[in-house]
Amino acid sequence: MKRIITLKINGAPVEDAIDDNVLLIDYLRGARHLTGTKQGCDGGECGACTVLVDGRARLSCITLAASCEGREVETIEGQATNGRLSALQRAFHQSLGAQCGFCTPGMIMAADALLRRNPTPDDTQIKAALGGNLCRCTGYVKIIRSVRAAAGMGREAAP
Amino acid sequence: MNVRTAAGRAQPLVDGIEKVTGRARFTGDLETGNCLIGRILRSPVSHGRILRIDTAAAAALDGVVAIVTGADCALTFGVIPIAMNEYPMARDKVRYRGEPLAAVAAVDAATAEAALELIELEIEALPAVYTATEARAPDAEQLHEGKPGNLEREVHHEFGDVKAGFAQADLIHEQVFECAEVNHAQMEPHAALAEYDPERDRLTLHSVSQVPFYVHLTLARCLEMDSARIRVVKPFVGGGFGARTETLNFEIIAALLARAAGGKVMMRLSREENFLTHRGRPDTRVRMKIGLSKSGQITAVSCEAVMAGGAYAGYGLVTILYAGALLQGIYRVGAVKFDGYRVYTNTPPCGAMRGHGTVDVRHAFECVLDRMARDLGLDPFAVRRANLLEAPMFTDNGLMINSYGLGECLDKVEAASDWQARKGRMPLGRGLGMACSHYVSGAAKPVHWTGEPHAVVSMKLDFDGSVTVLTGASDIGQGSSTIVAIAAAEILSIHMDRIRVVSNDSVITPKDNGSYSSRVTFMVGNAAIEAARALREKLINAAAAKLEVAPEDITCEGESFFVEGSTQSALSFHEVAIAALAREGTITVKGTFTTPQKAQGGKHRGGAVGSTMGFSYAAQVVEVAVDAETGQIHVEKVWAALDCGFAINPLAVEGQIEGSVWMGLGQALSEETRYVEGLPAHANFLDYRFPTIVESPDIYVQIVETIDPLGPFGAKEAGEGALSGFPPALVNAVGDAIGLDANFLPLTPDRVLAALIKYQKAARKKEAVT
Repeated sequence: MKRIITLKINGAPVEDAIDDNVLLIDYLRGARHLTGTKQGCDGGECGACTVLVDGRARLSCITLAASCEGREVETIEGQATNGRLSALQRAFHQSLGAQCGFCTPGMIMAADALLRRNPTPDDTQIKAALGGNLCRCTGYVKIIRSVRAAAGMGREAAP
Repeated sequence: MNVRTAAGRAQPLVDGIEKVTGRARFTGDLETGNCLIGRILRSPVSHGRILRIDTAAAAALDGVVAIVTGADCALTFGVIPIAMNEYPMARDKVRYRGEPLAAVAAVDAATAEAALELIELEIEALPAVYTATEARAPDAEQLHEGKPGNLEREVHHEFGDVKAGFAQADLIHEQVFECAEVNHAQMEPHAALAEYDPERDRLTLHSVSQVPFYVHLTLARCLEMDSARIRVVKPFVGGGFGARTETLNFEIIAALLARAAGGKVMMRLSREENFLTHRGRPDTRVRMKIGLSKSGQITAVSCEAVMAGGAYAGYGLVTILYAGALLQGIYRVGAVKFDGYRVYTNTPPCGAMRGHGTVDVRHAFECVLDRMARDLGLDPFAVRRANLLEAPMFTDNGLMINSYGLGECLDKVEAASDWQARKGRMPLGRGLGMACSHYVSGAAKPVHWTGEPHAVVSMKLDFDGSVTVLTGASDIGQGSSTIVAIAAAEILSIHMDRIRVVSNDSVITPKDNGSYSSRVTFMVGNAAIEAARALREKLINAAAAKLEVAPEDITCEGESFFVEGSTQSALSFHEVAIAALAREGTITVKGTFTTPQKAQGGKHRGGAVGSTMGFSYAAQVVEVAVDAETGQIHVEKVWAALDCGFAINPLAVEGQIEGSVWMGLGQALSEETRYVEGLPAHANFLDYRFPTIVESPDIYVQIVETIDPLGPFGAKEAGEGALSGFPPALVNAVGDAIGLDANFLPLTPDRVLAALIKYQKAARKKEAVT
């Protein structure tokens, strides 16, 4: 069954006809060509597909697109402003919070959700917020450093 | 020019902005509207004879465009030219549960999956063997013809008089360690996009490979195509760790489907299929015997390693040879004997994984050495210091060592962890442990030996004043493209943003052997330096002509060329570029690197494996808290130091050390594959447990620089050497914390608890007797 869905994606209003059972990740990647959101597992295990729905971190691979009716969805593509990096993006870039980069979009979105509700998290709070986002390259050391930098708390403050 | 302007400075990755913005396109992101979707049918049994595969009903399904089976490819593939025994899809026999049998290309995923259901299979099940012990049993069913005892390969090496060495020892320990099989679990699932143009008979494959060149050769072989008709492109790759250092079956299958369909096929594997494709570190049983003098000198080492390698050969021979070869090259070890057995089992094939072949053997070695030090009343640091090497030298098995910073690594982690003040003075349940490790900076002899240089880098300078670096080196997240850019910037004295790196497109970039055995920085870095020097010479000649001086009077600094003392008449880089171009038009230069003959290892059979131009060295200290009630181990902190020769990009070196220490932590604490009658019980990220951010410790990294005489700017590898030191440092720390000497990996709470109960019973019994 198809239905018409109205939502905002990265600030822009969107109206689309979608299948009832299409997952948010497939809708974003397939219909909206927003391939920054990644699928790293077979469902709900790795966090690579994290997006924000009404400002809260959600796994788009286990979220139905239809459930986003009337909501605001934000993806990694919505982070930068006129091509300029967000503080989190800049910090992940400069502090090497991204090595291969595959977990990075989900990691940045999860960190963004954290910083919106807690602009000055301590390491324990950072770890709790990113506990569902797996990374295989960094050992997480520079991911924590990147989040701290973005929050203006690190050794290297975000410019 | 003595002051370095680019090399040695922390640099963000040149492709980092794509990664943080989501603009980085990985293979799975390349799907377009006109793309068919590929799916693979996999064997439901571990071992069996294929009697019938009937695809008629599937082919009749609306939307199915192509179906291929083992009948469509009768050519084997594999790593070692003499041991290619794997078909892209099984023929006659299946040898592991999950082995590809057939594949479908259809208009969408749902249709392709429905078609798989319609393929009829008839397989006569055969007895299966799942462990090395089962496989080696006298009556075991044989996986491959001509391989009695399912022995893929055995190797036996002896250097020096081992018997005499042990006779000299004051203390001998012999212990057996069981190390579980582990998987790379790189975050990006496997994917390949194959496009075949029947009009031109040309094939293009985009894939996740670490070795696009080998994929190219294998496609030509298995599809019986002229390699000139094939193009292989590597887009952004989401990690490798060795999973992609050989051609993988799905890459060939995607190509076969594209050819059969006469179009474009996207093949994306699920996470479960990634675990089935495997190529991880094999389950390894290590028997380690070491002889020590009273003062801690190693007099002899005898080691036996048995690896359950899965159903096909893959890298097996190389893995088992590495295990023996790298017993040497880190300490003075006296006489050395190695017996290695690589065994076929009815499980997914193993392959190369970070620290290839060396990790489980190093683990056993460092654990035994530590326990012997304790028995002799020696400090763990002292026993290592008693056996340090002196560079330059060759080991008894012919390994060349030109730089050696292990002593400095020991000093750094000992001081940073405050070892001497804290070791042995911690409360019960807390402990410190340490260990050392090393790894090669590239295999001095490539698997596919052609006689060519080991690395080629091209550079182009054009009218716009930009420098384009063309490299076949596969950046898989380790930062290799950044390294070549830094090398060019350093030699040419230009800014990083004047340089663009183009990598991994076989129609554009020079061939490269690939990203494995930590070869890229060393070999490709050296080739990039040579190319940049060739370009610099042309620029200096042009500047000299323009300024009417001799080339040797020209100084090149900060994007300008001038005669010492007369900077007013300095020429800008762009001015000099235009002058140089006026002579010959667009300038293209290349640089190469060839490993010296003397680096290529001993003359004995298998002596090339382990040979390298330079070894990295690492030492680390691990602090743990162990809950003796639950068996739970918490790693509080890690102090690691690694000798990488010279840190061309210190930021990336730190990242590599942190990542490899942490990967060792995963193997030590929680990672293992588990099969139930050949069925993977681990094939997802909930059951295959690698550490989340919550249980990951702070890792304090220090870099040691020994300036290797052959390395690019003195650099050696940095991405693998620290891994194999973590598991033994952890086990040694657990021993310090609760007195338990664990002889197994991983140290999961259930295993620790069981061992602890056994250990306590034995201790009580001992008490009662004495």
